Order: sequence, then structure tokens, then C-alpha cells
Amino acid sequence: MDTEKRTQHLAERLGYIRDVFGGKHNENIALLESKLQEFNLRLSEGSISDENAALTTLEDLFDFVERKLEAELTPMDKVRIVRHPQRICLRDILENVYDNYTEIGGKDEHSIDPSMLIARAYITRRSGKKTINQPVLVIGQEKGHGEEFRNGGSVKPWGNAKALQYMKVAETEGIPIHTYVFTPGSYPVEDYPGAAQQIARNLYEMAGLRVPVIAVFSEGGSGGAEAIGLSDRRLMLSHGYYSVISPEGAAAIEGRLRHGQRAAPELIEKCAQQLRITAEDNLRMGYIDHVVTEPPLGARPYHYDFFRGLRQEIIRATDEVILGVKGFAPFRAMVLRRRRGKAETMDLDNMYVRWSLSSSAKDRLVARRHRKFNRLARNAARDRRPVLRKLSNMGWDAWWDIYSYFKYDLLRKHQQKIAYLVEEVEAEAQVLMEKVAAPWRKITCALPGGACQSSEQTERELTTLSDWDEEGQRNGNWSYVSPRAKEDRAITCPNAGSHGCLDLWAPDLFGEFAGVCTYCGHHFPMEYQWYLHNVFDEGSIFEFNAEIEAGNPLGFEGFDVKLEQAKKQTGLKSGCVTFEARIDNVKLVVAMLVAPFRGGSVGAAEGEKFVQAAERAKKKRYPFLAYVHGTAGIRIQEGTNGVIQMPRCTMAVRRYIEAGGLYLVLYDTNSYAGPLASFLGCSPYQFSIRSANIGFAGPGVIKETTGVDIPPDYHRAYRALSRGHIQGIWDRRDARANLKQALLTMGGRNLYYR
Amino acid sequence: MFDITQLLDEIKASPYEEIVVTAPHTGVVTFADVREGARVIGPSGTWKEKKGTLLATIERERNQKPIHAVEKGEVKEVLRHLEGTFVEAGTPLVRLRHFLSKDEVLAIILKKALHLFVAPERAKYYFAPDVDKKVKASGPRSVSLHEGMDLFIMSRMKREASLAYSGPSGVIYAVYFQHNENVDAGQPLIGVCPPDQLPLIEDVVARVQTEWEERE
Repeated sequence: MDTEKRTQHLAERLGYIRDVFGGKHNENIALLESKLQEFNLRLSEGSISDENAALTTLEDLFDFVERKLEAELTPMDKVRIVRHPQRICLRDILENVYDNYTEIGGKDEHSIDPSMLIARAYITRRSGKKTINQPVLVIGQEKGHGEEFRNGGSVKPWGNAKALQYMKVAETEGIPIHTYVFTPGSYPVEDYPGAAQQIARNLYEMAGLRVPVIAVFSEGGSGGAEAIGLSDRRLMLSHGYYSVISPEGAAAIEGRLRHGQRAAPELIEKCAQQLRITAEDNLRMGYIDHVVTEPPLGARPYHYDFFRGLRQEIIRATDEVILGVKGFAPFRAMVLRRRRGKAETMDLDNMYVRWSLSSSAKDRLVARRHRKFNRLARNAARDRRPVLRKLSNMGWDAWWDIYSYFKYDLLRKHQQKIAYLVEEVEAEAQVLMEKVAAPWRKITCALPGGACQSSEQTERELTTLSDWDEEGQRNGNWSYVSPRAKEDRAITCPNAGSHGCLDLWAPDLFGEFAGVCTYCGHHFPMEYQWYLHNVFDEGSIFEFNAEIEAGNPLGFEGFDVKLEQAKKQTGLKSGCVTFEARIDNVKLVVAMLVAPFRGGSVGAAEGEKFVQAAERAKKKRYPFLAYVHGTAGIRIQEGTNGVIQMPRCTMAVRRYIEAGGLYLVLYDTNSYAGPLASFLGCSPYQFSIRSANIGFAGPGVIKETTGVDIPPDYHRAYRALSRGHIQGIWDRRDARANLKQALLTMGGRNLYYR
Repeated sequence: MFDITQLLDEIKASPYEEIVVTAPHTGVVTFADVREGARVIGPSGTWKEKKGTLLATIERERNQKPIHAVEKGEVKEVLRHLEGTFVEAGTPLVRLRHFLSKDEVLAIILKKALHLFVAPERAKYYFAPDVDKKVKASGPRSVSLHEGMDLFIMSRMKREASLAYSGPSGVIYAVYFQHNENVDAGQPLIGVCPPDQLPLIEDVVARVQTEWEERE
């Protein structure tokens, strides 16, 4: 019986090796196969004298070959390892790493989303003779071992919402959170709460969670990974991957494939190589803190030593975070610093660190998390500012810090107190005066030509129809006219079939009508320059950080050329332009994502500029507008350098909002994916010009990943509004007036003009 | 009485509908690569979002507008002498032969053979309670109608009014509306068939269902 089990196990191992290498190393596989067959044959003939010894030899051979092949693993092999049904999953970890666990809100397929697993678990530790159970909340994607209903760990928006809900619970209870990232990516549906918007919400909340969060990455697929991956310590399994996009997706984009076509395996392999998705790469770039070594060819559920190691690492990481903000614990900190292999280490189960924090330690924890992410990916963008400029910028930054402190924090506080007092007294006096003057006013009003008789102006305003904001429309005299208005031709509105719109003459449409069909109101997309000139006050735009340039941090093949092309075509250095401007003399900081520059994709340079713009707005107490002319998502050629901008920028936005700023987002043309699922989607004030399409994944990707056909208007702004993703839709010609209104009425207790 | 058999024979004699594709407005016509006898398809996709076969383009003020086939069928005639010329709105460009499907044939016959009771205004319609009971219990054909009987409840803007039937006596043969959906004014609600014609109509429907050959 035992022999049968062991041979069965070897057959499984063989199958695993075959799957992982997908047609490579056939001679090794053939060797193992023949040896196994030979053994089985001899076993059935009964010609083996010592079954046990023969089987042990065979197992040693398997171990040997696995170790040998381990050295030859390519990134794509690791992707296959991670996706293999025999790979460890979260349930295995809960069983083997924690001492006890209770799954919350789900039992197999009976769950709001079986691909998101939440459990209350505890780890038992000893301090002397005392035994202590330390509770933690475990959150992670559950792939199951090939269970269909788990959806491969692809979490639906409501699964992420559940995760967020329980993170809040952990925060209330003051227990650490351990998250395990096992996802190929988020499930791209727009139904409420919406894939992108929910990830954005998760990121925003996680940026301020007042309990330690430890993340372990096995399969880190872009947005889905970020939804639970923002943490104080990020560990990664040595055979995992963490990437902005699946290698297949990258290959489809690189090979410019239309939907349905499959990319060549060589191209996929090459993309996997170039995206730098492995644990070593991510450790080198600094996006994870520590690699947890797995057995050769990756951990499987029977590798009990691995689970023991993982347990130690998890405890160590949590202890490190706690002690890092807690204060004085020199001996325990020393133990933690000592990594396995260097010296004999203490079993962390026998050391006790209380996993709770005081209020001030929690503040330090959150501040540390922000500092940690702020430092990431700084070098991935090319900063071409001369040294002098950098120095002077730093000087200005410091000056603004001091100036704001005195003007807004110190002076204003007292000023405000006095101002409030004066207000109160004034209001009282007003009421008193009203009472006293009332009889006198009654007399004067009764006289002919009295002061309170309504003027002609008011009468006209009240009795005649009003014009539709003639001034805001400028009678069609816009300061910027699109080059398309110079063509002498007619344009057909796409709604002509259903709305009966007549053809429009291009000079009218793109000139006077500002790209709006006069019959049905359809908005044709306009150039970003149109907004620069027509929304902001004339000549008020002052660009900063223009020298921060998009680069090619991974050395992605052929990308330098494409980048140069984009720079030449647009005359910009990156896809994000940051500037200060005024709207009706209200000063504000604007970060603009420009669609013509590589689709408005966000990489390290764009992220850095965005963060700096948010910081600037915070320092100067200006409102902060993210004007999204268009964005296609995170720039895949920058790999994790791009994806890390999601938490980074969201954290910058959170710092800004918490400081009392007003963060507005205005979508214009097509806004998709990563940026939407982070620093744009987290804004409480997201508005859209009528021309916008807003969503997590484009129609092609949705069709490919979910197999569901989506209607042609699935991503239109009005649909996004109905789903509750955005807060309003504006006519392009009203953008300036609406922005002005928003600046004066919304959010922000700490703006300079309040 | 209306002769259904004759109508069916007429349809059988020319089992297609001729569609004339005309110029939507003035402009210079360029025909696409369609030959006489070629098959074309109409709009497709779940939401009819994919356009049909391109037949021609018409250009006015440097604005090229494609003209697509609206139904599937066969190209009968392309008026090639118009190629490159300036045409007026409404000028025929292409003639298509659209072969009738079973459903279309049945619709034609039933529309002619049945008395259609149309919706007087845009509203939601429900059968009156007693009629509704009968319909649910034993199907619409069990309801015999006569002039002036209370047949519908018309629900509009949360106000309900009863609607009496007017027309020849008979049974309800077809129901064209759905619960909870608005019906536009002038759209048929039910098709009524005099009781003596019922077997005949049923026979024709059965014949169409079994005999009609749908051509591509």
C-alpha cells in the first residue's frame, strides 16, 4: 500500500515537471519517466528484492533532477509553476502555517466571492512557560487546486469589497493583517462597486490602516495584487511572480494582436523575461523586502519544511514591523535581524512580541508605510534637472514648508478664532439692526420711488427667459482652435443614425462648437491643448518638473525608440504634465495625463510627477486637479516600476486629502485600468466630460478574460455614472464654470482661499 | 373572407422582398467591391453593433459616408453607371433580394389574416383580471372577444384605466405585448381571429413551419 502511494506521488511529480517545462528538457523528463516505468514493471513482475530501497533511490533521482532543473528555470517556467493546480494555495497555508483558523463569510462555493478568502487565524507562541495565542486576520485570493468556482483567484469587485470590510474589522480589533496574493489579476466587470473603483478604495484605505499589514506574494497580477498588497512588509515566494500584466497580455500588446489571436510562445517567453517579474528582480528593484525560499521547482502542499520556514518568516516580518515602531526591545530586535543560515537562530515561536500598538506607535506605523512607498521607484524615472535647479527646488520646498506653517498653521489658527468671534458678533448685530430698522423701512417702502422697489433689471431677470450662459460659452470664440478645424470638410456624428443629426462642417464643429454635435450633444474628443487654453485663465499656466523624463528602467527591447518617437511627436518628456494655473483667479495645481503620449500610460516618471504635484498642492494649500485627458493604464514596459505607482500615488493623494485639500478628478477621453484603479478612482469628486469612456479593462480584454460579450456603450460616462463610479458629467463648454463651482463649494477645509 | 391560401401562394411565387438601397443624401458615389449575385449580410452581433456588408460610399464635402446592407440577402443589381457621379438624395444605388424567413412569412400572413387591435397610446398593458385568469389557465385562444368587452388595463404614469375591445368577434390568436414593457401607440397588442377561420390559419401556420425553405 505504502509503495503504491509513493509511486503515485512520483507520477504526480513527473506530471508536474512536464507541465512546468512545457516541452523543454525532454531528455530529463524521459529519463525520469523510463525509470519510473521500469520500476513499475519490475514491481508488477515482483522482481524487486527490496522495494523500499529501490523506491528511495528513485526518489533521490527525482530530487536530483528537480534540483538540476531548478537552476534552469526561466521566468515563464515560474509563471507556469504559479498557475499549476499542484501549487500551494491559501488553504494549505492556513492549514500548515497557522495554528488554528476559521474561515469568515464563505465555505467552498458558498461565498459572495469564493476567490477571496478571509479567515481569523492565530499563531501560538511561548514566552517562558506561558502559551500565547496571537490572533491575526488572514486575507488572500484562493486559487484552490484547480477548483472551477474559485475563478483562478481572479477576484470580483465585491470580493475586494469584502476584503476591505474585514481589514477595517482588523483595524478596529487592533490585530495584524496577513495578506496572501495569489491572483492573476482582478475580474474585469464594471458592476457596482466596480473592479477599478473598488481596488482604488482598497488602496486608499490600506494607505491609512492603523495595524501592521504583511503581504506575501505568490502570483502578483497587477491591479488584483495591489487590492490587498499595500503593506508594511512585502514578502515574496521565490518561485512567484509580480508583474504589471500577464506575459501573454504583454505579448498580445507587443505583437499588436487583435482579439482572439494567440501570441507565439517565443514572444510570450521573451516578454516574461523582459518584464522582470521574478522574486529576485523585484527584490533588486526594491518592490519587495524579502524572498521566502521555496523547495526546488516550487512549493507543493507536501513540502512541510517550507511551511515551517514560511511561518518563521511571517512571524519575523510581523515582529519586525511591530518592534520597528514600538520602542525599546534591543534583544528581540537583535534576534530578528539575524537571518537563518548566518548563525544559529532562535525559533521565533519561543519569543514573544505583543502584536498590539499604542496610538502614537500606530501613527508612526502609518507614517513609515508612507515613507517606504514614497522612496520606491524614484530612480526609475530620468530626472534631467540640473543640480542647481534641484537644489533650488529643494530650497523652495523647504521655504513653502516654513511659509505654510506660519501662514496657515500658526497664524491662521489664531486668526480664525478671532474671525469666528467677529462673525458671531456681526451676526448678532445684524439681527438686532433688522429689528430696530424694520418700522423705519416700512415707512420708506410705502413712499413712491422707495428704496425697496424692484429695479428694472431684477424684473427682467425674473420675468424673461434666461440665456444659456452666454459668457461661459464665449459665443464660440475659444482661445484655442483645434487643427482639425482648419480642414474644409463635413463630419458625420456617430449618433446620426439614431438621432438624425445632420452633417457638421469641421471648422464649425471643432471651432465654434468646441467639438460638440449641436443636434445630439455628442462630444467628439478634443486635444488637451483645448482645455489648457479654454479652461484655465489666460496665461496663468506655469509648468513645473518638466525635466522629469519617462525612461526605460527595465531596458525593454525596442522601447527606447518608441519612447523617443512619442517625445518627438508630442514635444513632451512624459505622459504627465504638472503645472500651476488659475481658474477665475483661484490658484490650483494640476496634473494632466496626456493621451497622445503613449496612450497616457503611467510609468515611474508620470507617477513621480504626480506625487510631487500632490505634495506641492499640499504645501501651498492649493486645490489639486487631476485632469485625465486620457490614460490607457500602467505602462507595461516599465513592469513593476509602473505598477508600484498605484499605491505610491494613492498614498500621496491620501496625504493630500487628509491635510484638508480638495482633490478633483476630471476624465476626458478614455480612462482605463491601473490609474483608475488607484489614484484617480479614490477621489470622492470624480467628474467626467461627456466624451469619456471609463472602465477597468477595455472591451477586448473583458471578452477575452470573461468570455462575455459587452454592449458597445458599456464604458460610456453615463453608464459609469449610473453605476455610481463617478459623481457627475459635464458638458465640455461648461468645464470651466463647473470647475470654478467645484473649487468654491467642495471639500477641503484647508485651502488657501477658505 | 380573406383567402389565406392564395396569399401563401403569392408569397411562394416570389419568396423574397426586394430592398432598394438609396442614397441618403446628395454626393458622389463609389461602389464597393460587390458583384451581382454576391451574398451580403445585415448588421450582426448581440446588439447589432457590427455593420453589414459595405455596399458603397457616398462623399459630400470631403466626408465619406459608408452605406451598408441592412438585411442579409443577395445583390440583384448594382447601378454601376452611377459610379463616380453626383447623385441626388433617394437615388437607387443597389437592389438587394432578401429571402423571407419563416417568421417573416408568418408575420406577413398573420398581419393580413388577423384583426389587429392596436395600442391607443404609449403605455403598459395588462389583461383585465377575468381575462387574465383565463389566459393563464388555458391560453389566449380560450378567450372569445366581442365588441365592447373589458379587455385591457392600460397603465400609464401609475394611473390605470380600463380599455374595451372594439372589432370583430373572435378569439385571441397572438399576443404581441409583454408585461411590464411599454407599448408604443399604434403597435399591435393582440391579433384576433374569427372562430371559423381558426382551423384554416392554424393549418397555414403549420404548413409554413414545415414546408417553408429558408434560403440564405
